[in-house]
Amino acid sequence: MSAGTVPLPYDRAAIGAALGGDWEETLLAAHHWMTLARELDSRMLGLQRQGRIGFYGPATGQEAVSVAAGLASRAEDWVVPGLREQLVALVRGHSLTRYMHHLFANDRDPARGRQMPCHPSAREVKYVSMSSVVGTQITHAVGLAYGLKLHKESGVALAFFGDGATSGNDFHAGLNFAAVLSLPVLFCLTNNQWAISLPVERQTHVKELAQKAAAYGIASRRVDGTDFVACYSSFTQGLEAIRTAPGPLLCEFTLFRMTPHSSSDDPSRYQAPSWMPQALAHDPVLRLEELLTRHGLLSESAQRSMKEEAARLVKEAIAEAEAVGPPAPDSLLTDVRASGPRPEGPGPEVP
Amino acid sequence: MTELTLVQAINRGLQQAMHDDADVVMLGEDIGLNGGVFRATDGLQKEFGAERVIDTPLSETGIVGTAVGMALYGLKPVPEIQFQDFIYPAFDQIVSEVAKFRYRSGGQYPCHLVIRSPYGGGVKGGLYHSQSAEAYFAHTAGLKVVIPSTPADAKGLLLSSIYDEDPVLFFEPKRIYRAVSGEVPDGDHRVPLGVAKVVREGTDLSLFAYGAMVHPALQAAETLASDGPSVEVVDLRTLSPLDEKAVLASVEKTGRAVIVHEAPRFCGYGAELAALFAEKALFSLKAPVARVTGYDTPFPYALEHLYLPNAARIVAAVRTTMAAG
Ligand SMILES: Cc1ncc(C[n+]2csc(CCOP(=O)(O)OP(=O)(O)O)c2C)c(N)n1
Ligand SMILES: [Mg+2]
Repeated sequence: MSAGTVPLPYDRAAIGAALGGDWEETLLAAHHWMTLARELDSRMLGLQRQGRIGFYGPATGQEAVSVAAGLASRAEDWVVPGLREQLVALVRGHSLTRYMHHLFANDRDPARGRQMPCHPSAREVKYVSMSSVVGTQITHAVGLAYGLKLHKESGVALAFFGDGATSGNDFHAGLNFAAVLSLPVLFCLTNNQWAISLPVERQTHVKELAQKAAAYGIASRRVDGTDFVACYSSFTQGLEAIRTAPGPLLCEFTLFRMTPHSSSDDPSRYQAPSWMPQALAHDPVLRLEELLTRHGLLSESAQRSMKEEAARLVKEAIAEAEAVGPPAPDSLLTDVRASGPRPEGPGPEVP
Repeated sequence: MTELTLVQAINRGLQQAMHDDADVVMLGEDIGLNGGVFRATDGLQKEFGAERVIDTPLSETGIVGTAVGMALYGLKPVPEIQFQDFIYPAFDQIVSEVAKFRYRSGGQYPCHLVIRSPYGGGVKGGLYHSQSAEAYFAHTAGLKVVIPSTPADAKGLLLSSIYDEDPVLFFEPKRIYRAVSGEVPDGDHRVPLGVAKVVREGTDLSLFAYGAMVHPALQAAETLASDGPSVEVVDLRTLSPLDEKAVLASVEKTGRAVIVHEAPRFCGYGAELAALFAEKALFSLKAPVARVTGYDTPFPYALEHLYLPNAARIVAAVRTTMAAG
């Protein structure tokens, strides 16, 4: 951990109160996933720079929210991701290898190499396919929630989106519909304080984005998104509240974007040098490690072997995925429609 | 004259207009401090101030709708949509409002603005950073649709668009933003809207293309030059209003037409050209009109090299057309 890390303010009793009985297990599971996620981000950004994958959108700095969502949600819940929630799919059981096939857009990518990396589709864990279009998914969560309610299921639809997405149409329509129809939606606003180069104070004139929920009659809370304990307890409480009395809630997770927007971005053009030290001080992985160490739950050697294990898992997945060839040319033409004539496509003679 | 890439030429065109006319205002996502994600607006906020180069919140309908109001007032707004794939949240504003203001107000409220947006594939951008959506807009009466293929045209067509009286959708071929460079006239260089250009003369067959596809079309014509037919290449430059006279003159001369675009074939822009030839040049045609286009699928990621028309596919279509008559 680094000298500047802002410690998480919990003694054992407070952690137990926030996380429940098996809190030690929860924290260690979270640490496992966050370590893996961090390793994945750094390796994949590296591979992108080497040209071995085409694009990468890191979630560095946002791991606590995703891991908490993955661990606190149930199988019957639906996840409607924004740009940086792939980890939620992994925690809910989507295999790392399958995800890696997607990142390499190869022949074993479940979505047949049709999307840019970091746009996985994982129906087996109710993780919905996303577009790159900011915000459109917010209303989809509302419709999923309608289905859950109509079929009297206890699931909740979790809608993820960034601070930038709050300026778009679907944010407003989605909150309004969910409130008017009393639907089980948990709106998860990941406010990493940037939309590419636009800082959040230029995205909105309100002090806290969570205030926007009030305009739709939706209760909201603001949560430190770099504090795993706070994230986990807000997910368990929020989901429980929605299951007991169906109706939407909004959680604004305050975060720090710790990397460029994506592999195509250069923040030195717009970010003040004071940003990164602040962001690093709120590194969710370091904050969790500090907490675990302080309470004697993580020895130096355990931490080392956790990192080695993560490195091994990622390395193996990369090796497996990189060995697979590109999708078959034929896959260009399938899945366009369920019926009707198949589109014409490249003949075998075309290079 | 200055040697510039296509994206630099656009930047110089914007700079020229901002310098010459204080009513030119730009608005869009990441266009100020960041200079646009492709750097098309690089340095302009610094030079002309944040009042005239506005970094907006993330809302395309907000960008275009606000630009409409500016235009009604009398400013000359040049909104940017970061990728053409993200223009759809503003589709309502463009189709219902921008395109119809002049008509529905009996000319009282012209709505002149220039919506700039990078379009097209070849950058490994997948479904949502690669689309060619020109046909939706060409289909809408009241709009002009312009797509340059060279740096000089990019600057000249952009400046003409900014000083035009109609709303213009100005789509920039991002794939050749940096891959194509050339001499660009300095100053207030204008290239008229609505005028196609024969970029290579030929006698046996006409290739019609625009934007990034002009280059593989030229390449195909070159490839065929030594032993094959003599191929003419026409760069449409303005899709709407179409330079009917120029395209018909070319088809009447060569008697054969192959149309190239990246967008899907079905109801793509090529269908309009083919219909035009059927209506007005049928008896000049010696062979069926052919189209080399993207397939009727969403734009793929891993297989974009198969999806995008290239010189080899164009050559094959030319050969087939020549063989047909
Ligand atoms: C409708 C739309 N407009 C523009 C873009 C280009 N774009 C991609 S991400 C992004 C910023 C998103 O910011 P935010 O919602 O805060 O998410 P973050 O990237 O910070 O996680 C923009 C402008 C897009 N993908 N979709
Ligand atoms: Mg953000």
